[in-house]
Amino acid sequence: MHPKSDLPQGTLDLLILKVVALGPVHGYAIAQRLEQVSRHVVQVPQGSLYPALHRLENRGLLAADWKETDTGREAKFYRLTAKGRAQLETEAASWERLTEAVALIMKLSEGGAE
Amino acid sequence: MNWWQRLLRRNKMEEQLEKEMRFHLEQHANELIAGGVSFAEAQRRARMALGGPEQVKEECRDARGTRWVEDFWQDLRYAMRMLRQRPGFAAVAILTLALGVGASTVMFTVVNGVLLRPLPYPQPDRLVAVHGHTETWNAKLYGEQNVAYPDFLDCKRESRSLTMAGSIFNDGTVSGSGDPEHVDFQEVSSNIFSVLGVQLAQGRAFLPEDDQPGAAPVAILGHSFWQRHFSGRTDALGASVTLDSKLYTVVGIAPAGFRLRDTEPDLLTPLGQDIAKFLQSRGPHPVGVVARLNPGATLAQAQEELSLIGRHLAEQFKDTNADRSFKAEQLRPHVGDVGSTLWLLLGAVGLVLLIACTNVASLLLARAVSRGRELAIRAALGAGRGRLVRQCLTESALLGLFGGALGVGLAALGFQPFVAFWPGTLPRAEEVQLDWRVLLFALIVSLVSGVLFGLAPALRAPAGELEQVLRAGGRSVVGNSRRLHSTFVISELALAVVLLVAAGMLGRTLLRLTSLDPGVNIRNVLVSRMSLSPGVLADNGRIRAAWQDVLERARRVPGVQSVAIVDTFPMREGNNTLGYWPTADVPPEKERPLTLATSVSPEYFNVMGIPLRQGRFFNEQDRMGGEPVIVIDEVLAQQAFGGGQNAVGKRLWMPDMGYGPFVVVGVARHVRHWGLAGDDQAQIRAQFYYPFAQLPDKYVRRWSELMSIAVRTEIAPLSEVESLRRELRGAAGDQVLYEVRTMEQLASDSLALQRFLLLLFGIFASLALVLACIGIYGVLAYLTGQRVPEIGIRIALGARPGSVVWLVLRQSVGMILIGAAVGTAAALAAGRVLHRLVEGMQPIEVSTFALTIPVLALAALFASFLPARRASRVDPVIALRQD
Repeated sequence: MHPKSDLPQGTLDLLILKVVALGPVHGYAIAQRLEQVSRHVVQVPQGSLYPALHRLENRGLLAADWKETDTGREAKFYRLTAKGRAQLETEAASWERLTEAVALIMKLSEGGAE
Repeated sequence: MNWWQRLLRRNKMEEQLEKEMRFHLEQHANELIAGGVSFAEAQRRARMALGGPEQVKEECRDARGTRWVEDFWQDLRYAMRMLRQRPGFAAVAILTLALGVGASTVMFTVVNGVLLRPLPYPQPDRLVAVHGHTETWNAKLYGEQNVAYPDFLDCKRESRSLTMAGSIFNDGTVSGSGDPEHVDFQEVSSNIFSVLGVQLAQGRAFLPEDDQPGAAPVAILGHSFWQRHFSGRTDALGASVTLDSKLYTVVGIAPAGFRLRDTEPDLLTPLGQDIAKFLQSRGPHPVGVVARLNPGATLAQAQEELSLIGRHLAEQFKDTNADRSFKAEQLRPHVGDVGSTLWLLLGAVGLVLLIACTNVASLLLARAVSRGRELAIRAALGAGRGRLVRQCLTESALLGLFGGALGVGLAALGFQPFVAFWPGTLPRAEEVQLDWRVLLFALIVSLVSGVLFGLAPALRAPAGELEQVLRAGGRSVVGNSRRLHSTFVISELALAVVLLVAAGMLGRTLLRLTSLDPGVNIRNVLVSRMSLSPGVLADNGRIRAAWQDVLERARRVPGVQSVAIVDTFPMREGNNTLGYWPTADVPPEKERPLTLATSVSPEYFNVMGIPLRQGRFFNEQDRMGGEPVIVIDEVLAQQAFGGGQNAVGKRLWMPDMGYGPFVVVGVARHVRHWGLAGDDQAQIRAQFYYPFAQLPDKYVRRWSELMSIAVRTEIAPLSEVESLRRELRGAAGDQVLYEVRTMEQLASDSLALQRFLLLLFGIFASLALVLACIGIYGVLAYLTGQRVPEIGIRIALGARPGSVVWLVLRQSVGMILIGAAVGTAAALAAGRVLHRLVEGMQPIEVSTFALTIPVLALAALFASFLPARRASRVDPVIALRQD
């Protein structure tokens, strides 16, 4: 198993928004989803998930309702607000630009510095 | 939910948070159980994965943004509980702070009233003072110039941006029913009250038609005068007052506390009615001008306008107005040089406050160390470091606020006596009150000191290594805090050294100054201003005769040895300075050296006991028509002729006197005109005397308004006052003695400021000494207490009581030595400040340190001896069982 790297600063919010964008979901499910998709690559500490969720909720990017799960238990389901969706789009776009730029630079150094 | 909802629905939020966490943990555990893990193991792993539910909850609470309010409230209640639990600690801390804050608040109340508060008129920032301006005038030495009356009228008429009002000082005698009284009155232009924005208490202000030559004489009474003469009765309006033999009808009464040009006038009369010659000319400049900016106008516009008017007048009236202009400045209260004294005292009191804060800080630190375990438990239960720091700060801020509130109470009682004790009269004393600025100052000082002295203990809140702290209890942390404790004690001692040395310097200065010879024999001399009967002032011959009569009558009073008249006194306000030159080719005014001029009758030297060095004093033959003679002092003899031996028979030229040249007939001893303290540093020390009998006619009337009498008595001088008053009342019964003092009083008053500073610094220094001793006692008692088990072991192993005492004292000796060294360096700097600010101040000498530092060292050693002795009596059995 490769050692897992820490999540880059500020990306946790982006990941949460992206997961929640797929449909209303409770905290535990978000944690599982993040772990599944990022297995072996990055470490998502469960402990920082809830503070992040509450922060996003208080900033109005997420909204939450108490609903029953498939197993009939009551859980807090998070969903994206309009403001959250807009935020997700801008952050995703800027993330894309950043990764492209980083990739470009990495290639450059492989081809030798000019 | 918005911020308020989150704050108010706190319980619901907590419930949901708990539910969310539980759901997460159960889901995770259920999955693990489904994968074959045992129930207990599944529970454990789920918790591990989440990283401690309580810590996560804390972080979620932080995300709410309402956290600090809740915490603050919680901390506040907790802090109150802590203080109630330890009433002794709380009382000492609060009292210490109350002393510090109280003393600083008293000083600030005075600084605020005298230096910071705006003038007590509406819209004071629109008020402007207009001064005369010439390039050659030294405003620092003589004060700002006033304006000639015709110039004032021209400016007033021409200016578009300023509404101007003028006033001149005058004095006179009010007679009629009862004893005649000397009064200070001001002649004012009719609009003065409307310019200042002041409403009369009763009656009306002057009207433009009152402000004309030949108009019916009317007067407005000052509030105090009204109380004195009419007992505050309303029938004063319409009554008449006799001022200098002229009847004035009272038309108004000024409001209580009304001050014009920083004095409260007894009476006000219309300036325009005065037909005195000096008001017709552009030569003399008696009018003080105050103006209000018209709506929309700026100070710069006003200045431009005044410069233009000044240029026009300079072209038109070359003799009097060449090079003369006017300048406009924001009107400010005149407080003289008390500013530096007040700031000095505020600085000194700040040191006391600092010591008080340091004291409380070391108390708090001692407590924080013994509370180490409690804080560690809180950290283990999920409290973040920031949270613990905040809690400690809340406690100390609360202490600060309590201390501050008590301090403001002390200040409210303390500032009146302070103002009353001020040497002479404190300018703007009536403005010294507790106002919002003072309260804000006290609040900020208490909060800042709260945070300052709480910071060091708070930052010790445990961060890592919790288990070590928990396992070791309070004791093992002592090592870390000892250095901080020593720093506190050292700074307290150093601050106390500064104040002690300052007090020592002032004490030495006062001793030296009191032993100085003022140059006159101050025993049994009475001095008093005197105004002649207004009836004789019209004629110079009658004035001279009247003074002759005064001298003869006074001499006849039993107990009077000799008597003289004189225009200015040593050690009392008022002086006349002139430029002189020892040859006939006198250079322009600016280049002439200056000397003090005093007009006297021949007996003056006997009355004052001024020793003659060379030549002779004046006699009755030195009169009008004879050769103009002067007696000079040693300083002038040195400056003009290089010594007393050469001076007699030489001549001096003084164009400002209007006659001369003057033959020096005698050289007298130097007299400390500027007071015991001030004379050595005064800019003009040279003196000469000339006979009043040779004063030219044109000055006689003006001088007669300034003259005083000086009487040498055979008995206690103040017991002669009544018989002198009776004898000198004159034919019309309206000649008055006023401002009656003895020379001993004047000499003592000239040191009043130094005495006052010594008193205050003495109080501050003793306060600092006591606080520093309490501090060193508290710290050593605490540190020693922490070492009881160690000392127990030493005693059990055979250490003698003496060596245990030394073990403890060694610590304090170290602190005392460093404190004294640091304090000495700081005191050298502080001494330089004192030397600059206080007249006659002695420079620091080794003896000052040699006297003050042992006092401090002994007191500090005594304070540390108590805990040391207690340590030597530790019972090893009990000590080893402890904890």
